Amino acid sequence: MDTKRISLTVNGKAYEREVETRVNLVDFLRHDLGLTGSHVGCEHGVCGACTVLVDGVSTRGCLMFAAQADGAKVETIEGLAKDGKLNPLQESFWDLHGLQCGYCTPGVLMSLTEMLREDLSPTETHVREVLSGHLCRCTGYQNIVAAALEAARRYRESGQPV
Amino acid sequence: MKPAPFTYHSPRSVDEALSLLGSHENARLLAGGQSLVPMLNFRLASPDHLIDLTRIESLRGIREEGDEIVFGAMTRQRDIEYSSLIAERLPLMAEAVLQLGHRQTRNRGTIGGSLCHLDPSAELPTICMAMDASLEVLGPSGKRTLAMADFAQGMMTTALAAEDMLTAVRIRPWTGRYGHAFIEFARRHGDFAVASAAILIALDAAGIITRAVVSLGGVGPVPLRVTAAEALLVGASAGPEAFAAAAAECAKVDALEDPTYPAWYRQHLAQTLAGRALKLAHERATGH
Repeated sequence: MDTKRISLTVNGKAYEREVETRVNLVDFLRHDLGLTGSHVGCEHGVCGACTVLVDGVSTRGCLMFAAQADGAKVETIEGLAKDGKLNPLQESFWDLHGLQCGYCTPGVLMSLTEMLREDLSPTETHVREVLSGHLCRCTGYQNIVAAALEAARRYRESGQPV
Repeated sequence: MKPAPFTYHSPRSVDEALSLLGSHENARLLAGGQSLVPMLNFRLASPDHLIDLTRIESLRGIREEGDEIVFGAMTRQRDIEYSSLIAERLPLMAEAVLQLGHRQTRNRGTIGGSLCHLDPSAELPTICMAMDASLEVLGPSGKRTLAMADFAQGMMTTALAAEDMLTAVRIRPWTGRYGHAFIEFARRHGDFAVASAAILIALDAAGIITRAVVSLGGVGPVPLRVTAAEALLVGASAGPEAFAAAAAECAKVDALEDPTYPAWYRQHLAQTLAGRALKLAHERATGH
């Protein structure tokens, strides 16, 4: 079995692990680190459920091997809430019913986190372009778009960093 | 599904990567992984050795060299999307890259990976065909340069031999009074395009077309140049008549047929998209 020793940070916490090189990043997060917030859907990069941030940019966790994340800074859904309190993006999803079954939500929130860090005044078109990389089979996307725009408004007004 | 076991290599230099490629049977180069990793996950590809090019810094980046723009093969699609140089000098590519997959895949996908995968509907190969790109290849016998037209041999098949590696892509931007347009049709934004049209037209002061490119993606097994359409355009007065005649040529190309899309549908799309793109390119060339 081909393995590689990697060290990385996930949500600010440092980890060092020996990984089988064919294990993808999302399976590593779930099985080796116990961070089961990131979901596995299609396993070929289409559905977006496994999306996490790697060095600040949204990445399909199923299309990258854990071995490639050596030295990387990874952010997942588990890193959004602080001290048991949902962040404004999560709160907006709660308030505007941006999720139903919740399977796609962890990936959606990570892509929107990336978007909000670049642009706190996104147009609806921009939000929909970002969401085009995510499949949601429950909501029809209307409430996701509304929640994303609401989150941008809350961040603008509060001045809180994304 | 999960990939079959392989041995992972992470070389730090092009020489090291080539030596690994030359000394291992059934080895594959891994670029951004946005096409190869799905194939590994589905076990459509089962290499014994995976040679990851991610850590070879010299393969990444966009630079100007003389009158050419040179892309390292590992330049990410994101780097193209965010490049002011590309927006200014290769607007056709800038327009196409925004329709390439999704933000989340562009963040890792590379220009070299897209060219070597050579999906018929992929945007960057279509742009490279339209712009007459030159591709730099390193292999056991040294360096050589291939024209995009010679690189693209057939459906997902390049001129690269097993021990070859694409290292850079060179494109000479058009200058002067010209217009561009890239339009594709996909069922959803970011899906594989059913067909696309890439157009470039240059005009003289009297509005006569002096140079024209009509390139189609997704229609044939490789990106196509519709030379009959280009011949009709050059020397013609830019306008609806010339554009309609050129677009009609696009409906005559041999088109792919599959259970979802019959050949006639792709031909119909080719004509429609080329017609729209010609009009848009002309508007851009003339500023209205």
